[in-house]
Amino acid sequence: MIDIFINITLLAFLAITAVAMVRMSNLFAIIMLFGIFSFLSAGLFVVMDAADVAFTEAAVGAGISTVLMLATLALTKDHKEKKPLGHRPWLPLAVVIITGAALVYGTIDIPAFGDAKAPPQLHVAPYYIEKSMPETGVPNMVTAVLASYRGFDTLGETAVIFTAGVAVLLLIGGRRSKQSDKKQDEGKDDEA
Amino acid sequence: MDFILGHYNYWIVIFLMMVGFYTVISRGNLVKKIVGLNIFQVSVFLLYISLSTVDGGTTPIVKEGFDLYSNPLPHVLILTAIVVGVATTALGLALVVRIKEAYGTIEEDEIHEQDHSL
Amino acid sequence: MKHNLILRVASKFLIPLIILFGLYVQFHGDYGPGGGFQAGVIFSSAIILYALVFGLDVAEKIIPANVLRTLAGLGVVIYASVGVAALFLGGNYLEYGVLGSTQVAGQHLGILLVELGVGITVASVMLIIFFAFAGRGRS
Repeated sequence: MIDIFINITLLAFLAITAVAMVRMSNLFAIIMLFGIFSFLSAGLFVVMDAADVAFTEAAVGAGISTVLMLATLALTKDHKEKKPLGHRPWLPLAVVIITGAALVYGTIDIPAFGDAKAPPQLHVAPYYIEKSMPETGVPNMVTAVLASYRGFDTLGETAVIFTAGVAVLLLIGGRRSKQSDKKQDEGKDDEA
Repeated sequence: MDFILGHYNYWIVIFLMMVGFYTVISRGNLVKKIVGLNIFQVSVFLLYISLSTVDGGTTPIVKEGFDLYSNPLPHVLILTAIVVGVATTALGLALVVRIKEAYGTIEEDEIHEQDHSL
Repeated sequence: MKHNLILRVASKFLIPLIILFGLYVQFHGDYGPGGGFQAGVIFSSAIILYALVFGLDVAEKIIPANVLRTLAGLGVVIYASVGVAALFLGGNYLEYGVLGSTQVAGQHLGILLVELGVGITVASVMLIIFFAFAGRGRS
């Protein structure tokens, strides 16, 4: 019972934080709220028995993402969001409400939260839960599935992370500042 | 009442998804767009983990005395998705930095104006 | 933040603990919550904290950029070569059972090596990204 109560409270906090993030225009405050948002969702993952996921979300969302966004803010030097001029807010709002209503209509058929007889619980999960310990000798099923049963998948994910690192290096890996860029451009113009 | 409690998670997830979606399509500031994408991303994580939860179940780590575990498969998918997500977010932020260096602004309207005036 | 005494003292105390915790998460991931992805992020956050408090130049002296780039590739190579090793020992790609004397021993070794590869790649890519963002700001 207590975990349902914590679940409901944390989800409500998440919704409030998200709305606050949309309504604010100070980018620094938005990024700080995003750290809080990630931390709340990490707490929610613990309540929903996903210790490994909570671990990752707490380290990544509240740690690395927030630091990276703050670094971007320091580089772009824009701390205030300018209000869009020509846009009307009701068109995106209508799109969002219609999409959301369709999705809510779709949830009516979804089995209730925590239902042990729901289809996702009956397909491959029982195999992993029963066989992973005798087959791999690893008590943590998440690690066993991650590294062994779905090894190809994880190899691909690792490659994606490596590729993202390479791409970031290609985009902003150099030491050139804006001034030196301009000087180089001027130099080229002079030569031409 | 049971129906509401059983679907509350999904409704909040959809609400968060739509908040993220709205931020992406209605705001012009590129950093805020990326924050919106991240809200959307977290809502997808929450959807998957909500589907994996079993009433009375415990964290999927084998220990004697427990025989009801949550579904480990969504945990695996989301665990990798979070780390890949931060790597792609970093890529998006790197693009924002380059756009700022090239255009001198991170507001979409002003970028479009500069493109049209060329 | 170079002149903030409290931050310097507190982070000097914290950074070894964070690195130790990262190693624990890496190698205890089979038995408790944890694994390569989490350990990599925790390990890199220790270095990021160091860079934030003591300055970027000092941090880049500890882990030079070219070492990081090599490590990022090395992690993927470790992962892929575990699969190739399984091929040579007569199994399928990434079939860890053939790596050890028994099925369980092979699985254990395979999972440990694969998680190590993941941890190395994640830690070094996170640091590469952070150094790229932080290094862009100085002229």
